[in-house]
Amino acid sequence: MPTYFTKEHEWIAVEGDTATVGITDYAQAQLGDVVFVEVPPAGTQVEKGKEAAVVESVKAASDVYAPVSGEVTEPNGALEGDPSLVNTAPEGEGWFFKLTLSDPTQVDGLMDAAAYKDFVAGL
Amino acid sequence: MSINSSGWKPEMSQGGAPTAETFTGNRALMLEEPLLFEIGSIGKTGVDFAEVPEAASRLGGLTREAPIGLPGLSEPETVRHYTRLSRQNYAIDLGLFPLGSCTMKHNPRLNERMARLPGFADVHPLQPQETVQGAYAVINLVGEWLCKLTGMPAVAMSPKAGAHGELCGLLAIRAALEARGDAREVILVPESAHGTNPATAAFCGYRVEDIPATKDGRVNLEALKARLGPDVAGVMITNPNTCGLFERDMIAIGEAVHAAGGLVYCDGANFNAIVGRVRPGDLGIDAMHINLHKTFSTPHGGGGPGAGPVVFSDALAPFAPLPFVEKREDGSFHLVEEETAGEHHADTFGRMVAFHGQMGMFTRAAAYMLSHGADGLRQVSEDAVLNANYVLRQLEDVLDAPFAASGPCMHEALFSDEGFPEGFTTLDVAKGLIDEGFHPMTMYFPLVVHGAMLIEPTETEGKAALDQFIGALRHVAERAKAGDAALKAAPVHAPRRRLDETAAARKPVLTYRELVTAAAAE
Repeated sequence: MPTYFTKEHEWIAVEGDTATVGITDYAQAQLGDVVFVEVPPAGTQVEKGKEAAVVESVKAASDVYAPVSGEVTEPNGALEGDPSLVNTAPEGEGWFFKLTLSDPTQVDGLMDAAAYKDFVAGL
Repeated sequence: MSINSSGWKPEMSQGGAPTAETFTGNRALMLEEPLLFEIGSIGKTGVDFAEVPEAASRLGGLTREAPIGLPGLSEPETVRHYTRLSRQNYAIDLGLFPLGSCTMKHNPRLNERMARLPGFADVHPLQPQETVQGAYAVINLVGEWLCKLTGMPAVAMSPKAGAHGELCGLLAIRAALEARGDAREVILVPESAHGTNPATAAFCGYRVEDIPATKDGRVNLEALKARLGPDVAGVMITNPNTCGLFERDMIAIGEAVHAAGGLVYCDGANFNAIVGRVRPGDLGIDAMHINLHKTFSTPHGGGGPGAGPVVFSDALAPFAPLPFVEKREDGSFHLVEEETAGEHHADTFGRMVAFHGQMGMFTRAAAYMLSHGADGLRQVSEDAVLNANYVLRQLEDVLDAPFAASGPCMHEALFSDEGFPEGFTTLDVAKGLIDEGFHPMTMYFPLVVHGAMLIEPTETEGKAALDQFIGALRHVAERAKAGDAALKAAPVHAPRRRLDETAAARKPVLTYRELVTAAAAE
């Protein structure tokens, strides 16, 4: 299951025409303790590069952008009760939502893990 | 600092000195204070009401059957409770309040005295208009000063606060665009704008798009120009911006936005840095709100709603909200409302408030304007900028100042957490400042700077006060940079130690009943 990364620090794990989206470990470290997450309900149409979710930490509230366009199939309901999952397992249990890709070629412009690592090192 | 002017002896609660527990939990004049629910008792009361005569209830089945459970206290108990709490608080009347973007400056006592004059303090919004001519004259006076100071032809005095003023400005922009049959969808907001701006635009039904900042902390004019088009209703620009910088390209921004058919909203929250020096009307601005509590020294809160008057250009003036005070040819005043607007103000976008405004704020602002005069107001902004630059230059060797090379700052100095060792953050510096006896600066805002510390000393601080604050912040910053582990425990001298802000946000306990339940569960 290939995982891609955006310059806005989202990750997307793609499996066929479905994918799981979350924020990276770097992003959660920058945000600090996450206290609230708002994820889009199933059926929401998200557009590549546009706001899809909101994450709020003790420091700031930030938009989370959709890495690709598609329809949300499942929000991570666990984040409502336990937003700290974003801090403890950002690239695991702290995922934000799953979606069906409307255009699987959109992942082509995203970074792979090695490229993202270099990108973060340069910040 | 060699002189400890406060008289407090820090060594008393440090090091090897015994910290004897007291029976009460009080530490001399530092008094512990329980919650009202813990000290009050049901059935007790501080007032003696006459027995209520027997009467037939008209509440049907809605009569309350059990006591509501509010704690009762005697008058002295109540007075002491709040007085004790107030002693644990920090206030502008106690010391320098460096909260950037908030402009915590001295509230002159002359303002307070004027606001308490019976003719202003006791007016009722439904009084006959001929009995409140003096109050109308004051509202009109403040409005005229605001128009003159901003170089704008019209003003709406009714908005109740800064963000309310923003909404007023955007509603006028929407009305103006719709009046020409050109409803648009997008409001552009630069990264360096106030956080309320995107919220206002969204509340007004617009889609918000960000405009990036340049490396020196200002609006990227080229990016703005590239985004302008027939779908852009306008821009909201904070000037001076939240990086503490004057937007030098403001005229070019205005020209570009107007050429593309849009309108320019300026967040005037930082007008206190330029009043008497720059007239926003000369910069091509169509609407701008003014926070009377920031620029004109009225108190934050102010015993009710605040006041956020909005000045308008000729393009937007016809759409300004109702009601407003108008001067008749004979020198008397009247309120233009729905019944009378048809004659000469038919294009108004409507009403935002039930009544005209917050008289107490207008009276205080008028007192401030008249006591300072034009030259005094100019000196206010000059001193605010001078003080901020003094803080910036005194501390830039110990704290990273990301825009220090962008030239002088305006009324606030901005630092970042660059150079702090692993594990030390802006939050630690803020907590350390509490131990030093200061309210912390604004933290983690603006977002464009990592670990931002935004400091606004305001013009009302003298050099001695500034030096003491600078000394304190330097000391705390040096502790952070040296990796002083004790700083992670700050504040240690405050009535409460470092609070668990994360738990407070994740699992807020909002009522006393929840507190009792939570305590019982443990």
